[in-house]
Amino acid sequence: MTQILQLLMHPLVHLLVALIALLTFIALNGLILVYVERKVAGFIQRRPGPFEVGPHGLLQPLADALKLVGKQLVMPREADRILFWAAPLLSFTPVAICLLPIPFGPHLLGLNVNLGVLLVLAFSGLNVLALCLAGWGSNNKYALLGAARAVAQSVAYEIPLLLSVLCVAFTCGSLNFVDITASQTTHGLLSWNVFSQPLAFLIFFVSALAETNRAPFDLPEAESELTAGFHTEYSGMGFGLFFLAEYSYMIVVCAVASVLFLGGWSGPFFSGHWWMLGKIYALILIMMWFRWTYPRVRFDQLLNICWKWLIPLSLINLLGTALIINLVR
Amino acid sequence: MLDKPSFSLNGDYYSSRFSELGKGEGDTLILNLGPQHPSTHGVLRVIVELDGEYVRRAEPVLGYIHRMHEKMGEVKTYVQYLPNMGRVDYLHALAWNWAYVGAVEKLMGLEVPSRAEYIRVITCELNRISSHLLWWGAYVLDLGGFTPILYAFDDREMLMDILQIPTGSRLTYCYYRFGGVSADLSETFLTQTRSFIERFKTRIPMYHDLVTENMILRGRCEDIGALPVEMARRYGATGPVLRGSGVAYDVRRMEPYSVYDQFEFDIPVGKNGDAMDRYDVRMAELKQSIRIIEQALNRIPDGPFINPDLPDRILPPKGEVYFAVEGARGKIGVYLLSDGSARPYRLKLRAPGFSNLHVFAELAQGTILADAVSILGSLDLVIPEIDR
Repeated sequence: MTQILQLLMHPLVHLLVALIALLTFIALNGLILVYVERKVAGFIQRRPGPFEVGPHGLLQPLADALKLVGKQLVMPREADRILFWAAPLLSFTPVAICLLPIPFGPHLLGLNVNLGVLLVLAFSGLNVLALCLAGWGSNNKYALLGAARAVAQSVAYEIPLLLSVLCVAFTCGSLNFVDITASQTTHGLLSWNVFSQPLAFLIFFVSALAETNRAPFDLPEAESELTAGFHTEYSGMGFGLFFLAEYSYMIVVCAVASVLFLGGWSGPFFSGHWWMLGKIYALILIMMWFRWTYPRVRFDQLLNICWKWLIPLSLINLLGTALIINLVR
Repeated sequence: MLDKPSFSLNGDYYSSRFSELGKGEGDTLILNLGPQHPSTHGVLRVIVELDGEYVRRAEPVLGYIHRMHEKMGEVKTYVQYLPNMGRVDYLHALAWNWAYVGAVEKLMGLEVPSRAEYIRVITCELNRISSHLLWWGAYVLDLGGFTPILYAFDDREMLMDILQIPTGSRLTYCYYRFGGVSADLSETFLTQTRSFIERFKTRIPMYHDLVTENMILRGRCEDIGALPVEMARRYGATGPVLRGSGVAYDVRRMEPYSVYDQFEFDIPVGKNGDAMDRYDVRMAELKQSIRIIEQALNRIPDGPFINPDLPDRILPPKGEVYFAVEGARGKIGVYLLSDGSARPYRLKLRAPGFSNLHVFAELAQGTILADAVSILGSLDLVIPEIDR
């Protein structure tokens, strides 16, 4: 009995269980977010949204998923077979690892690593490689243009994203998500980093929109110009995986944002994973609100915002933070 | 013996001719936008040569929805051909109705009762509003904003309900007749139109607040596709495209037909001729149309809605006639050559979209692909009208 317990307490088993739990969480969230997005769109556009399948259209995402699974997988004639099919997998797989070091509650944590922030940033960076492969492997001009846009956009926006994360790392003195959360529980609401680093939060959120290719920065899949951008040629679950990955990365960036800036699982009245989930969904709702409200920016405007505004601002913010920390200590 | 039809991934006649003609230096990409593409509004095909994201050259290819409307005009009698006019430009069907009916009336010297003229003005302007609303939604959709089109359709739906009352159809109207209109305006129509106007007056400021003032939208429209007056004249551009460049040319004012000379309305013009000016002109025209409708509703006389002394057969005398009206997209012209028989000898339709479209090739040169899409959208093209 003790041996079984010991085996269960083994870190590898813990990791495995956490990964499986996270994959379930991601798949479930994919379904929920598809429904939420369509309902939010419906609310903003003053129409009911999905309403036919199940009560209030609740089973619509399941029907959509079934349809996607049942569809034929088509590959263009001269596409690169390996790259073409590797891309959606590569896009989706790192998501579970990205969520691993994020504490959803005081004890609800997949992996306690000191370089958690770095781990998330490194693995979420793989997504751009997937988009690049998809664009190149499809042998389609629209896909190629979309991939080129995706690469330029991701590379540019990773810089302000990193710089704003660094500000938090400076103030908290750690790259561990658990420590960062703990440092924000000392004085209740006011110790949340969003109050000490409002600019960093803003920059982080804007960069996160661009990194996840969400409107108004959804240029790699701008359908009025590039039909569907990098996933033009994907059908069935090939497209489904890209779709799922997009929604999962939304969860990742919103989870990271709520841990870094909004106090993670801590909150007034009670603390725990409900607060964390609430914050994640609040941020996701804001992202959806943007998508259904704003037109798309142009490509050079997108890069101008990054290089002319976000990077200098986040650099100034970082230097200011460093200076104040030095003065205080 | 005929050759087997061959399929090639390297393109067809148009794309290979395009790549042979004036291919630029360096590595460029020839991209085929359309005939099925989300932003070409139907079946327009544009071949572009891209250098990265920059458009080196662009060439529209037409004819994918050519329906031989002009030839059909020659083989059908005047009355039989009437329903075709609602199908040329399905967004401003009544203006095309008017252009054809007006040409025949002018040729025959038919008198139109003044109540009929007022009915025509009211319905045609309502139709213009619905056309501009659809353009507005579709244009913002081209720029990546999903929501406005559904708000525009909300209003447009009411307009279609209103126009359904006298015309009996919702899109491809065939309402005007030689010497009048086919049905009188009912009391329901008048009250519904009045309530629509009241509602629409509160909607326009909302549209401006939500969309026109948006920073991203302005960034996508301002200084994009500036059309100089000289170039607009060269291509024969009319309508909001020409007025956006600052030329106050409106057929309703310059060559007044029907009772348009009895109404007060402004002709909005732009300054630079960029996409934003074309946008502003159309949005201002919504208000002017409302003004015209209000005046017409207040002054509409009693009387017959169609000339009671119509001949049994429509047999215009020998001769030729040209009649132009102002459509939502510009000057709609109908040229008729009659040999005195029951069918026109020749019918020529001047579609404003045809001239407006060809501005695109020159405007798109050197812009970014996204701007080219913005320019294409700002020209307000209806492809069935261009191909006819």
